[in-house]
Amino acid sequence: MNTPYYQSQDLKKFKNISDWSPELGEKFFEYYASVFEESALTAREKSLIALAVAHTVQCPYCIDAYTQDGLERGIDKQEMMEAVHVAAAIRGGASLVHGVQMMEVYQKRSM
Amino acid sequence: MATKSLKGRVHALAESSKQLTFLSNGIFAPGGLPTFKEKLETLPADALRPKKLEILQMNLGYMCNQVCAHCHVDAGPDRKEMMSRETLSYCLQILKQTPVTTLDLTGGAPEMHPDFRWFVAEAASIGVEDFIVRSNLTILRANKKYYDLPHFFKKHGIHVVSSLPFYKKEKTDRQRGEGVFSQSIQALQALNDVGYGQQGSKLLLDLVYNPSGAFLPANQQALEHDFKKALKKDFDIDFHRLFTITNLPISRFLEYLIASENYEDYMHRLVEAFNPAAVANVMCTNTLSVGWDGSLYDCDFNQMLDLKVASPVQHIKDFDLAQLQAREICISQHCYGCTAGAGSSCQGSVL
Repeated sequence: MNTPYYQSQDLKKFKNISDWSPELGEKFFEYYASVFEESALTAREKSLIALAVAHTVQCPYCIDAYTQDGLERGIDKQEMMEAVHVAAAIRGGASLVHGVQMMEVYQKRSM
Repeated sequence: MATKSLKGRVHALAESSKQLTFLSNGIFAPGGLPTFKEKLETLPADALRPKKLEILQMNLGYMCNQVCAHCHVDAGPDRKEMMSRETLSYCLQILKQTPVTTLDLTGGAPEMHPDFRWFVAEAASIGVEDFIVRSNLTILRANKKYYDLPHFFKKHGIHVVSSLPFYKKEKTDRQRGEGVFSQSIQALQALNDVGYGQQGSKLLLDLVYNPSGAFLPANQQALEHDFKKALKKDFDIDFHRLFTITNLPISRFLEYLIASENYEDYMHRLVEAFNPAAVANVMCTNTLSVGWDGSLYDCDFNQMLDLKVASPVQHIKDFDLAQLQAREICISQHCYGCTAGAGSSCQGSVL
């Protein structure tokens, strides 16, 4: 009854998603690998973007994976925390920018 | 952070047999992860064999001015093991007799050996192609008697390979001790001042990066780029190459892995990253390691686990190249550290 929904060892089983749909699974992992290849953005920059997005989508597996990936790439904790703040700023900003809508409705309906 | 070696603390892991037992049980017990031997059996039979001997690595002793948290040697100020003048002389004879092209001095801090300067001068006069001294850097600033070492290295054409876990203070000091980063920077500047590390200079200065935790090193080229950029910008320091070395689950790094509950995940990571292509180039294929007491090993890691060469020749005084070349390389689960990803050796990644 106390088994948590998220278990860290499940991250190692990520590849198993291909078991029930091999073609789509393989396509996904191939695409995934291509996305993270060094190109116009460095692999290091992509790792930091992934870390920020992981916090936005609140995926504990992704946070685990991209914190470790960052450590391996020599990304330090200040850089990682700044990336998380970028995610937080966009997320907070996304709420706050709707405040304009609130203000407009308020003004329109008020005398 | 501990200020004494495992041996000084009378820690169970100070015994190499305890480490080997630990590495062969638990997750590597039957039905668990494949042992390194089982993994090798999936490759051609001659995948891990001694090739031409190129590197003689000598461990001058376990005394060191630092007590790094990840040290596989369990070195420290309390370690008194030192290579005798007699054993040093045997090594000089071998250098004269064999086609070894690289002499690699390590420790502890090899500079602390009382016969260090005598030996370096003697060995340099034999004319080995690449004469490496592995320096922890802080020793160059630890005492006035070492301040002239950059000049001494230059005089004998020494290739300096220095440990620097990161280009920022915090990570470096956490792994190697408070104040290590700033002393290392001063030492690197002193080496630069006499001409080491400059572009086009024959005075080679390479750095060694060890991950400061339970993770694997990144791509060597990418990290070298980051190190060069940061050290130039922040401290005007130049160096030639960066070698990334994977921490092996031995001695104090094994102690850290167990105490931080990272051991199982780390070993899973090493096994997952096993790269058959790295096997052919690992250092035990072209290196012999000489312990402080003259015993012979396939590598410095096997030395710390007391896994002597599987050969009738077990001591430098009985050196016989043909017999040693015919030996099998001794392996255990720590070997996964050298075959993970791009591979790892004392000269950095192997692919």
